[in-house]
Amino acid sequence: MASFGKYTHAIVRGIPAGVGVKDGEESEGCGLDAAKLHRQLGVYTGILRQKLGLQVIELPASEQPGLPLSLCVEDAVVVQGDTALLTRPADPDRRKEVATVKKVLEELKLRVFEVTDEKATLDGSDVFFTGREFFVGISKWTNHKGAEYVAEAFKDFTVSVVHIPEPHHLKSFCSMGGPSTIIIGNSEVAQKVIKAMEQLTDYQYDKLSVPDDAAANCIYARVGNKCNALVHRTADEFPESSKVFKKLPDYTLIPASCTEVAKLGASLSSCSILINKKFEY
Amino acid sequence: MTTKGGSLTEVKEEPEQIEEDHVEASDSQEPVNISQEQENDVKDDGQPESIEQPLKEQEINSPAPNASAQASPSSSERKEQTVGKGLSRFLPGWLKKQKSLSPLETTEDKEAEKDIPQAEDMHPVEEEQPEPVCTSSELEVKKEEKVDEETKIDERVEQLSVNSGELQPVEEEKIVESLEKDVGMNNADVITEEKKEESNKGEDPQKAEDTSKRSPLKIPKKIKVMQSKVLMLDGSESSYEIEKRAKGQVLFDKVCEQINLLERDYFGLAFRDAADEKNWLDPAKEIKKQIRNCPWQFSFNVKFYPPDPSQLTEDITRYYLCLQLRQDIVSGRLPCSFVTHALLGSCTLQAELGDYDADEHKTGYVSELQFAPRQTKELEEKICELHKTHRGLTPAQADAQFLENAKMLSMYGVDLHHAKDSEGVDIMLGICANGLLIYKDRLRINRFAWPKILKISYKRSNFYIKIRPGETEQFESTIGFKLPNHRAAKRLWKVCVEHHTFFRLLSPEQTPKSKFLTLGSKFRYSGRTQAQTREASTLIDRPAPYFERTSSKRLSRSLDGGPVDGINEVGLLQDSSSLDVPQSSTAEVTASKVGVIKVEATDEKIEVKGKTTPSKESQLEMPMEMKNKSLSIEGENIYIRHSNLMLEDLDKTQEDLLKHQASISELKRSFMESTPEPCPNEWENRLTKPLSLQTEGDHASRAEGFPAGAGDIGKSSDEKQKSETEEQAEVVVEETIVIEEVKRAPSHSKVKLEKAVESSTVVPASKVSSKEGHASSSDSHSESEEEAEYHPQIKEGENIKREKNEFKTFTTVGMESKVSVTEFDKVRFPMVHKMQDVPEESLQELQNGELQEAKQKQEDTRPKLNGDVSYVDSDAVPEVVCCSEPPVVKTEMVTISDTVSPDKTEISTKEVPIVQTETKTITYEAAQGDGSGDNDPGVLMSAQTITSESICTTMTTQITKTVKGGVSETRIEKRIVITGDTDIDHDQALAQAIKEAKEQHPDMSVTRVVVHKETELTEDGDE
Repeated sequence: MASFGKYTHAIVRGIPAGVGVKDGEESEGCGLDAAKLHRQLGVYTGILRQKLGLQVIELPASEQPGLPLSLCVEDAVVVQGDTALLTRPADPDRRKEVATVKKVLEELKLRVFEVTDEKATLDGSDVFFTGREFFVGISKWTNHKGAEYVAEAFKDFTVSVVHIPEPHHLKSFCSMGGPSTIIIGNSEVAQKVIKAMEQLTDYQYDKLSVPDDAAANCIYARVGNKCNALVHRTADEFPESSKVFKKLPDYTLIPASCTEVAKLGASLSSCSILINKKFEY
Repeated sequence: MTTKGGSLTEVKEEPEQIEEDHVEASDSQEPVNISQEQENDVKDDGQPESIEQPLKEQEINSPAPNASAQASPSSSERKEQTVGKGLSRFLPGWLKKQKSLSPLETTEDKEAEKDIPQAEDMHPVEEEQPEPVCTSSELEVKKEEKVDEETKIDERVEQLSVNSGELQPVEEEKIVESLEKDVGMNNADVITEEKKEESNKGEDPQKAEDTSKRSPLKIPKKIKVMQSKVLMLDGSESSYEIEKRAKGQVLFDKVCEQINLLERDYFGLAFRDAADEKNWLDPAKEIKKQIRNCPWQFSFNVKFYPPDPSQLTEDITRYYLCLQLRQDIVSGRLPCSFVTHALLGSCTLQAELGDYDADEHKTGYVSELQFAPRQTKELEEKICELHKTHRGLTPAQADAQFLENAKMLSMYGVDLHHAKDSEGVDIMLGICANGLLIYKDRLRINRFAWPKILKISYKRSNFYIKIRPGETEQFESTIGFKLPNHRAAKRLWKVCVEHHTFFRLLSPEQTPKSKFLTLGSKFRYSGRTQAQTREASTLIDRPAPYFERTSSKRLSRSLDGGPVDGINEVGLLQDSSSLDVPQSSTAEVTASKVGVIKVEATDEKIEVKGKTTPSKESQLEMPMEMKNKSLSIEGENIYIRHSNLMLEDLDKTQEDLLKHQASISELKRSFMESTPEPCPNEWENRLTKPLSLQTEGDHASRAEGFPAGAGDIGKSSDEKQKSETEEQAEVVVEETIVIEEVKRAPSHSKVKLEKAVESSTVVPASKVSSKEGHASSSDSHSESEEEAEYHPQIKEGENIKREKNEFKTFTTVGMESKVSVTEFDKVRFPMVHKMQDVPEESLQELQNGELQEAKQKQEDTRPKLNGDVSYVDSDAVPEVVCCSEPPVVKTEMVTISDTVSPDKTEISTKEVPIVQTETKTITYEAAQGDGSGDNDPGVLMSAQTITSESICTTMTTQITKTVKGGVSETRIEKRIVITGDTDIDHDQALAQAIKEAKEQHPDMSVTRVVVHKETELTEDGDE
């Protein structure tokens, strides 16, 4: 895929009111430092906009206060090329988020598919696109039926399934670091999963192992024609892992911290939906 | 004579297998008299075609008194096998034929004639061969009976009969072969002829008589002719008259000839069996035996989807591939996204309609064609929109673009089979170029690349693969799948064997001779492998043939341009699904075809008289001959040696496997193995050994007889024979199986059973066994085996490590570089390949970043060869890099060796400058960790060179096989010359080249990459 890593748009979501309130009702919100969260997201959005040159579309914050996970827009949709698959998150509370994303996608004139099966659950964080194929993590949030929808929506591509043990999403510990480079965490789980992927794939990928699982979730983008950019967790957060990224030749490394979202189990990539939409018509 | 021989070959081809079997059997049974044979025939009544073959031969070859009486059945009879056997038998076949035969038939007659002439021509050889023991009438009777039943039994009978006479003729046969070869016939054909001859010889005691008689009798053929309908890729239907006992190859060749296709090996003929399952017609076996009672309806399809269609040599081949893919897409077998549908559809439009023309292409012109299973208005609009963007693309370019996109599709070239896993869950098994894929509900849940698979086997309705242990695992594991039925399991197994052979091996594998102990089918892919077909295609040297792209047009227009209604989508769907041909369009098509056929007939005549084989054949053959030559390095014995080699290989592999297994743990023996191998009883051993020995003897003698050109063929034939023998042995072991199958067989079961029983009871134990063996062997051929094994890894001396599909880690780069300056003596690529103005950066990149990639790639990929030079290098002197010599130059060689991975690959890129240039050579080399030390050059087993060119790259591939210390090693060196100036991203090109190499040889690893850059000095300073 020559276009892998090329994006034109990014979708993010505003921070819902009430997040970080110390007596927030939602357990999920506990421990969040609202200020930090705002700052980090601000930086994040700035990176998308300025460093990656994307047009950032900001969805209105969820009206449901105390649902900070709504920041993870990635869960709501899987986008590849001109095609988008609206997911059906396992958490019923989050399904409303999908509708808001849908609107934007339709405005962008993507071909939008939806998961309609009541038995299917699918979280975008469990869908890992390598540029040549999909891996779907069968996890607490995503089941086989949900994965089938990915295969249905993206018929051109092989969709392989890998099993992800309980607390994780597939993308909790991996991401693409280049057109043929997979960044993978070093934990046992991550290594198991990468082995499974090696078994399943028809392709050869380079594997970049990092000591910290969370650091393995990065955002790779191509800026301009040749420039490889990698948004990764900061050295403050993961000093060892960030050293590894320096091995990547000719990369623009962009550190971004997201300690607050991480507390929700989210990651760098989960805070945005990246879209490559050329307006042809 | 030669020409005639060629024609003959065609006819003879069909019977090959059987005859071979016979020969083998005959060795043991030599003493058998004609009378016995006859008896056998009688017994065989229930059995289908086996007898027929001998009959034909007899008829054709020997007009002996008996033979004359036999009179060939009229063409009509042939067509309706069951019906027409009565009186017609007694009539002189030739008379009837001549009169009755339509133009199409005439071709057959010609063939028959040819055959006869051959005999004459061949005199020395054929005289001996003469005639079949059995009278024609007898034979016919047998045939009738046979028609219904399973071929197995028939084969037995035939074999027996054949056996008696066969031994003597061997030498003669050889001679004949040589003659035929000279003629320019295909190797395969030659082989078949030989075999036939053998059988004939065996049958005919009165050889001398026959010969004399034959010459006058040339015309008389009893050959039954079947009308074969073939659904072509463009949706039309062609009919061919095919001798009833013809092998699949005959029909296939006719089809390919008609459509002017040279790169045939990717294609095949398929038929629907009684259960409406799609089966591939084995070219090496009789059609009749394969299709049994099913109608003679076939579809011409792509059998092996080339992973990289751009490497096909001819546009016409690509066109047919396109047609197949369009079928696949419309039928839904090849799922596409909307965007892809639109893109592919627009390419199709461009290819078939040319540039978008607003005047000509009114609204809705898109809807006349079918592009997707469900074609929406939106899709059509999109297609139209994209069509406009293709302006200027030629049809060939549009096809190429179509293929470039189609090949990326996930299910491209994946042959799906329904199955259940060990827990009874419904899954799909997909066989593709790279291995075996396992899907559940469209999701891939597992994948076994060929290198991971140690053995493929089936037993009854179970299909098994034995998996190479992973890094952490100690034992091999066997995974079983449940197929709907036995036939499905066997079908799947065959497809696996074929795909593995085609895509993974350099040359077809021979059936292992040492397999007596195993049971089941000896089926092997007998065609050319992808490597071979590519090599062959490089020799294609004809102007691009003209052809009309009609696939989708047929929807809107008939052949003459008139509109055809209503066929559209339905027709396409049918086509894709297969054998059902839309009748509406057929008439016209057939008419045109008749014309074509006539042409063929004339061609044949020409051949008979004279000399020339059709251009196609000759061209394609060339490659084979070339190979042989290369092989012949070792001397006269090559053929023998070659055939032996193949066997040896197998043996070795088997041995290796055995050792491997043993060492690992006997207890852990896979369930597969244990089940299929009942302990051989002494009986078997006795029988099998002698048989095998005999057969080998035959092979050897024959092999000697072969002219160099025929080497390949010889091998294959030998192999076949051997395999058959083996089969016999195996079969013998388990009579019960055979019988079971017989029972299973639908209609004929009773008869067959009886016969089987009869034979067994009548004959003394030893004889019985042998007979049955024959029968059984035929059975296995005819697909009735209960089980079979296949060891995919046999031929390749690959490393287990390498085969692992593991992602490369960035950290693995460890290199040391050596710099040396070399001067070159040879200019390999003169002016043509010139690289100018290479940015220096690129070099550096290579050294730095790309090095890693390169290395990584090396590990997995294949070896690339440059011409001979590199080959030499690779073997003994790892560091030597050959560079072409630039007139004035500073040459820098950087050798970087990677300690991590072992291997045999080289990729070198060389450019020869005209002017002042700077030449740099960088070698990335993997450490030789394999244990296959390169010190020992080993014994060269085979070598071949393939050259291909694309726009800015020229690729020369040399493949060499060597045996070192019992380990066979295949080394592929590729020299890729990338020519161009600064505009070209050389690194990209190199990376692409490496990638392609990897893709081509997924199982091999890259051991060395030599980058040789030449830059004009004028512009840039040196580095």
